[in-house]
Amino acid sequence: MPGDHGHDHSDVPSDLALRVKALESLLVEKGLVDPAALDVLIDTYETKVGPRNGAKVVARAWSDPAYKARLLSQAGKAIAEFGFTGRQGEDMIAVENTDTTHNMVVCTLCSCYPWPVLGLPPVWYKAAPYRARAVRDPRGVLKDFGVTLPKSTEIRVWDSTAELRYLVLPQRPAGTDGLSEDELANLVTRDSMIGTGLAKTPGQGGAP
Amino acid sequence: MTKPPPLPGQAVDEAGPVFREPWEAQAFALAVELSQAGHFTWDEWASALATEIAAAQAAGDPDLGDTYYRHWLAALERLAAEKGLAAPCDMRARRDAWEAAYRATPHGQPVNLKENA
Repeated sequence: MPGDHGHDHSDVPSDLALRVKALESLLVEKGLVDPAALDVLIDTYETKVGPRNGAKVVARAWSDPAYKARLLSQAGKAIAEFGFTGRQGEDMIAVENTDTTHNMVVCTLCSCYPWPVLGLPPVWYKAAPYRARAVRDPRGVLKDFGVTLPKSTEIRVWDSTAELRYLVLPQRPAGTDGLSEDELANLVTRDSMIGTGLAKTPGQGGAP
Repeated sequence: MTKPPPLPGQAVDEAGPVFREPWEAQAFALAVELSQAGHFTWDEWASALATEIAAAQAAGDPDLGDTYYRHWLAALERLAAEKGLAAPCDMRARRDAWEAAYRATPHGQPVNLKENA
């Protein structure tokens, strides 16, 4: 488990992010906005930030073996082919789920998250229970998410760092032969790219 | 929650606005929340934003969409000052305090402002 984030201080946000934070904290202090209501709003839109980016990456990897090879060897570059890049130059690693291995991503120390491909982290990802339990009891966490894997499946938990973010390449669902990349991308959920869910099968309803 | 109508130039898809970076969504949420709390109307907001964008274009911003939320934030700061919600000097001081707090906090620990920051 790489536990060392290799930084002596926190990542300093951009000037714009600092200004938003400044305004938000002033308004919250004065009671002019309700932080809980803000969280609800951000939560409503967080899935809009980037998971579609990640879904496009996954759908191409499912469709194009050469792209998949590039993604698994140099994820950052392969993802940048879509124009999705981080601002702080953090490196990306894509980890592939197979019949025998299931990957799951956590940031045990804070909430490092591959937002260029997944958007804002969901509230549970930033919360202490997930961060603590993902490592200790990944099967229990998966069960809470409604995912039960065969006992024989090895579960690997990847701890994100400020410099290194992980994207799970979920397994392509059965019955998807002949689907276009766009159709495939609709099956890729945010949670399936964090490893707390599986990709949807065709005809299955919407899930985060 | 009522969703505000999209504004000219705002990136949206069928489900609503889309953002490129987390701070954009935060700035978006702040404007929506302030408006829903009655500190300004959505029309007032739309006009403040349009003024900001027009000023940026006049100053040479090619306005390709990548600066949209930069203008959004500038309009938000201006309207907050005009409405007496937050003073410009407080916003600047607080921004610097946050930056100092990030620099002084070991990575992985929650970043908190010092007392009286």
